[in-house]
Amino acid sequence: MAFNQRNASNRQRFKKNRDDIDHNHGGRDSGEKRKRQKNEVKFTIADDSSPIMKTFQLFQEELDNRNDRYERIVKLSRDITIESKRLIFLLQRVAGSDDRETLLSEAAFKLKELNASKFFELAQELDGQDPFQFVRAFSPGLQEYIEGVTFYHYLTMEKLIGIDKIQPDLTFTITVAQALESSSLNIQNTQIIDLTTKDQQKALSEENLAPKAPEEKFVSSSTKASAPEELASGNETRKISVPIPPTEYMLGVADFTGELMRMAINSVGAGDLEKPSVVANMMRVIHDAFTTFANPPRELRQKTRVLRQSLQKVETACYTLKVRGSEIPNHMLADVFTLPSAVAVDNFNEESEEVYD
Amino acid sequence: MTSTADIFNHFQDYLNADHELREDIRSVVRDLEQTAREIQTALQAIHQPSQCANFIVLCENAKSMFGKAEEQYALLAGKIPENQYYRFNDHWKFVTQRFVYLSALVVYLKEERLISREEVTKFLGVQVKREDGFHLDLDDYLMGILNLTNELSRLAMNAVTAGDYSRPLRISQFIGELDSGFRLLNLKNDALRKRFDGLKYDVKKCEEVVYDLTIRGLVNKEGKVE
Repeated sequence: MAFNQRNASNRQRFKKNRDDIDHNHGGRDSGEKRKRQKNEVKFTIADDSSPIMKTFQLFQEELDNRNDRYERIVKLSRDITIESKRLIFLLQRVAGSDDRETLLSEAAFKLKELNASKFFELAQELDGQDPFQFVRAFSPGLQEYIEGVTFYHYLTMEKLIGIDKIQPDLTFTITVAQALESSSLNIQNTQIIDLTTKDQQKALSEENLAPKAPEEKFVSSSTKASAPEELASGNETRKISVPIPPTEYMLGVADFTGELMRMAINSVGAGDLEKPSVVANMMRVIHDAFTTFANPPRELRQKTRVLRQSLQKVETACYTLKVRGSEIPNHMLADVFTLPSAVAVDNFNEESEEVYD
Repeated sequence: MTSTADIFNHFQDYLNADHELREDIRSVVRDLEQTAREIQTALQAIHQPSQCANFIVLCENAKSMFGKAEEQYALLAGKIPENQYYRFNDHWKFVTQRFVYLSALVVYLKEERLISREEVTKFLGVQVKREDGFHLDLDDYLMGILNLTNELSRLAMNAVTAGDYSRPLRISQFIGELDSGFRLLNLKNDALRKRFDGLKYDVKKCEEVVYDLTIRGLVNKEGKVE
């Protein structure tokens, strides 16, 4: 129904445009012959049964479907970016905090919840598609997510986590019946997304989580072992996933080093004088690897330059600590750092701080 | 547990494989471009006044040259891993659009109608649907068709020069139909949209030719009905 209406309005618009064009360059044309010509053209336009119009109607549908999916994925990616940024700010508070464990478990919960909601929806959108057709739509969100995940794992295990450890979290097992259901529910999905983004602006209280996380509907493969009954209840199962292209992962890692730098500088302010040298080691490992890559993608080359600057900041901090450390008492040393990173915090930070405080 | 060094080594392996594959693709695409140029050269003869009657022969000749393209596409398709068409399609996008245009021109000259997407895929030996493997992207097909209108508007003028006064009328009608077809599409602000914005100039060019012929009484009424 809507399809027909749209066609009708298109045709109308077209006629209007068409008249405009005639006005524009047909000004010098006048007389009966020209008029007859014009009428003829109009006749072809109104003729829906022409094979060209018929095929183009099919093309219209195909293009609209693809563009709609693309837009939905962009939306999801934006939501993932917002959530990941919040996660990262949360993690930045872990360094120097007395209540490390609580903050980390809160972060773990957030990660899980993000996987269950946005990434599950994203995996459904990508199901049966060529993910590379839409990679530009979801890469910003994915990179931000990788940045958050690598940061989280660095804080818990002090090492870099690989793709092989992240990918299982973004792989979901669904029953075949669900897959059918989800494809027909696409329109509803977009509405839900609209609602949740608004909700997120307010606060992320427990009640808000309940409607948006379709937790009963899916089984993350990482928790699969603990929930075999659920699998058994569905008839046939199948895996869907948000694939992580290696380049996207590395770009996320590059962003993660920026967070490392921020953490190193902040922890001096909090009185932890050991942190900068530990962090500098980690950053050096990544920096050295990045500079040895042959034929890196252009984006990665840019980020390597930024990484070098961050590394130098941390190295300068280590140097200052060593030199000045001998002459100034520890509690005053913190003031020596006129934290450049603290100034560089963007507006988003202030916004999300309000949410959590 | 993978070590940090492993992570980076794997990525380097990935980069190397990616680089190698792209080099491979580039070399096949270069061959494809050569084939496209050859067909293009063969078809350019339609603009010469002396060749006007020879369209059918020219088309058959051009059509036989597509066999080479088909082989090259098969070679290219073999290099692309499943479900990664869009990871690499920037490499062959342009040449594919060119082939769409060339095959559309052949079909138009022979039968004066729009080539369907299915027919193009038969010319090139690729698939229609993405699910079936190496396929013809809809955008590339549409782009190729838009290139066709440009060539036809040129042909309309040259047909007049060669003394064929009825062809411009038919071309004008055909381009008008295509124009209304394209107006059905909700295009995003991308390359296709930009190219489509140029379509009105082709329409205009043809209409001007028709106008010139009509005002001088060079077309009889029968020519118009046709």
